[in-house]
Amino acid sequence: MKLYEVFIRSRRGLDHKHTGSLLADSPEQALEYARDIYTRRSEGVSIWVVSSADIIASQETDCESFYDPHDDKPYRHAAHYQLPDEVNSM
Amino acid sequence: MLIDKSQLKIFVLRLADDALVIAHRLSEWCSHGPSLEEDLALTNVALDYMGRARMFYGYAAEIAGDGSTEDTYAYDRDCRDFTNLLIHELPRGDFAFTMARQYLVDEFNLAYMELLQQSKDPTLAAIATKANKEGLYHLRRSRKWLLRLGDGTAESHNRLQQAMEDIWGYTTELFEMDELEQAIVEAGIGVNAIHLHPQWKQRVTATLTEATITVPSSDWAVTGGRKGIHTEALGHILSDMQFLQRAYPGQQW
Repeated sequence: MKLYEVFIRSRRGLDHKHTGSLLADSPEQALEYARDIYTRRSEGVSIWVVSSADIIASQETDCESFYDPHDDKPYRHAAHYQLPDEVNSM
Repeated sequence: MLIDKSQLKIFVLRLADDALVIAHRLSEWCSHGPSLEEDLALTNVALDYMGRARMFYGYAAEIAGDGSTEDTYAYDRDCRDFTNLLIHELPRGDFAFTMARQYLVDEFNLAYMELLQQSKDPTLAAIATKANKEGLYHLRRSRKWLLRLGDGTAESHNRLQQAMEDIWGYTTELFEMDELEQAIVEAGIGVNAIHLHPQWKQRVTATLTEATITVPSSDWAVTGGRKGIHTEALGHILSDMQFLQRAYPGQQW
């Protein structure tokens, strides 16, 4: 059995979101198990499963070099702009 | 040709009993599944069949119009009143047995429900349409399990082959028709199960061959479910399932 990560799109127009993981023998079985485990209360209209081993993840030790350099660059944020009222999410 | 209400009720109860008994057998896997994932998948199928049983029982109660409810049929009848086909009541056995039975029943049910959708009885047609959607998924699952087990390890292959040998004689009954069902078919309400056999046999043979399983020989057959003559297994199901309502009639929670 291999570990798979499950991503569910809850409605058309939304993104697939990571919902959990499961063990399965094959990608096809992983998809079916994902259907049985993560969409049984009508949570989804589309499922992606990805072999967990295929995910390249950043490591805890990467944090300093990856993220700290962004801390002193406020000009990259749109925080200083006055948003028109019609713009709801930015 | 017209059929009367009592005939229709008997027919609907047959379909209801089939669904309830297989639902119970599948539900016995709850917390015993080979993995957490498979446990949930099996019980999902059990719930699909339970839903189907409730719709059929509810319709039978409506036809009867005598104050009966779905619970009356599920809890207040004894073995001889149950008219499910025997294949559904056989003990769940090992996982290979459960999936072997499920696959054979899924192939049959999908073909049956596909035709029942054209029933002149709108309630039965509607239940069949819902059952058909679920059935497509059930079959996809059980068929893949057969390939996986049959073409898996020596152990899984042998267990599946043994399961097929043990079940095979119970499949004959799926394709039997009595006078009542004949009348239901002629009224445009039921399905002629005899006609389903060639395609079923062909599909099952194809799957078993792909799974490297030998199709068992058809030299024995057990029938009697539609007449209320059961294996010893049904009594055990009922004592388990009906205990609470028998001990505390009308109890709710």
